[in-house]
Amino acid sequence: MAPAAEGSGSDPVINYLVRRLLALVPVALGVATLTFAIIHLVPGDPVVAMLGETAAPADIVGMRHQLGLDRPLLEQYAAYLGGLAVGDLGESISYRKPVSRLIAERFPATIELAAAGMLVAVLLAFPLGIIAGSNPGGAGDLGAMGFAIVGISIPHIYLGPLLMILFSLDLRWLPLTGRGGLEHLVLPAVTLGTALAAILARMLRQSLIRVRESDYMRTALSKGLSARSALVRHGLKNALTSVVTIIGLQMGALLSGTLITEIIFSWPGIGRLLISAIGARDYPVVEGCVLTFAMTYVIVNMATDFVYAIVDPRVRIS
Amino acid sequence: MNVRVRNPSLAIGVTTVAAVVVAAILGPLLFRADPLSIDLANTLAGPSRAHPFGCDALGRDVLARVLSGARLSLSISTVVVAISLVVGSLIGATAALSGGRIDNLVMRGVDIVLAFPGILLAIALAAILGPGLIDLAIALTAMGWTGYARIVRGEVLTLRERDYVLAAESLGASRSRLLMRHLIPGVVGPLAVQATFGIGGIIGAEAALSFLGLGALPPTPSWGNMLDAGRAFLLVAPHLTTAPGLAIGLSILGFNLLGDGIAQKVGHRA
Repeated sequence: MAPAAEGSGSDPVINYLVRRLLALVPVALGVATLTFAIIHLVPGDPVVAMLGETAAPADIVGMRHQLGLDRPLLEQYAAYLGGLAVGDLGESISYRKPVSRLIAERFPATIELAAAGMLVAVLLAFPLGIIAGSNPGGAGDLGAMGFAIVGISIPHIYLGPLLMILFSLDLRWLPLTGRGGLEHLVLPAVTLGTALAAILARMLRQSLIRVRESDYMRTALSKGLSARSALVRHGLKNALTSVVTIIGLQMGALLSGTLITEIIFSWPGIGRLLISAIGARDYPVVEGCVLTFAMTYVIVNMATDFVYAIVDPRVRIS
Repeated sequence: MNVRVRNPSLAIGVTTVAAVVVAAILGPLLFRADPLSIDLANTLAGPSRAHPFGCDALGRDVLARVLSGARLSLSISTVVVAISLVVGSLIGATAALSGGRIDNLVMRGVDIVLAFPGILLAIALAAILGPGLIDLAIALTAMGWTGYARIVRGEVLTLRERDYVLAAESLGASRSRLLMRHLIPGVVGPLAVQATFGIGGIIGAEAALSFLGLGALPPTPSWGNMLDAGRAFLLVAPHLTTAPGLAIGLSILGFNLLGDGIAQKVGHRA
């Protein structure tokens, strides 16, 4: 057990948060280093790839100098880390703009999509989980869990086009692609959120079943509460910490799903920037986007831990 | 019939996976259309007797391409999972047995790889390595080994504290022999579960990378690049996305159910 008081940071919550923040530093450094290593150490010459095999040697030398690739690797690495520390990710080759500006312009779209996907997941998961968990083995359970196993298995790259065919092309209810009002957000968010909804629904069902068999449920029932309202009132409160855990664990899948969903729906976020930069061999942008995705993931994970520490006091002790 | 299936996930999973594997192996032998031969008279033709799944924008037979894609998808995912399993297990066991700084270093490495969400690391690697099947396999392996490393490391660490291991050790049994003897039965179940879900995961990841143009390149048929090509014809030829989409979905569903079923059987969730 951690000592209750440690100098000035006597609040165990603060202590915990500071510890987690410090643990973030080596991971962030590792992420930056691995990204650098992928771009700079993996065989293949980015400059030749950018200019083509037939480029004049003078152009190749010029471009290499412009990108700083003619400097020793360690010097490049130091410059890269120095730039990162002040938020400088270099300059895009194809856009002729700072990479950080390109990313800042598109980041809100990516976050909007990810948040909408998560909202869809939660909105779908709770009714499904409650239907399944309040009467396990029944028809509702079978239907909800059937939906869940299909939802986990159907890939974004098929669900997206399927929804487009149904709701944009056939029924003409919703726009096909692009970002705009709320109606533009619906199909991408459902594409993105379905898998997470399925996972959450399965987990909610499990925890409701566990609660049904617990002592305090028996007490609640003997107080005269109806089975379903007792289950929802007591069971869901208990399931909430598990929901936070699962969302934290699934955040990586959600973020990389965002990337794919952006491509399917021509959504102007970082995923689309990354894939078009790969096509254009714009390596500074590739590096910046990969780094942004990974750091977002690391930070969101830490935020989940924080929520967890606030919700559940047992976490802080370990 | 009054036979109660005790483990329906396992039964349906085995059936589905077997169907996909048989289709991949026997399909191209039984249905002999050439997945690459172009026939512009049949551009975007709908399903017919000669072409049960219709034809694509170049008049190529979609069923032949889906079957050929099944071979590609299953062989890549099996190879990637096999390599990830061996490499990951060796890394995990080495970390646990060395302990101290090496263990710490390896686990920080795992943390860093895991800090790249989903298929991002594979996308970054494939972007630099360029498209192609071997590069694709490397990119997917780089992403997939960590789960196996964690399982084996965890199992070795708990095993070392078990009473019977400590007892045998104090009686003079060699530690490495002991570990081999007791470790294998302990890890086989969890590893089998992880690998089964892993194959489903890699099928999805391979399809996604090929969809993004970072995996199998046209004209080689893969489910991912077929879906990508079909997106331009959603209205006029929805069968172009339906066929590969259902193939991916069904395969992943099969491996997910199989994984669930094995987990129930060995009493362990990955």
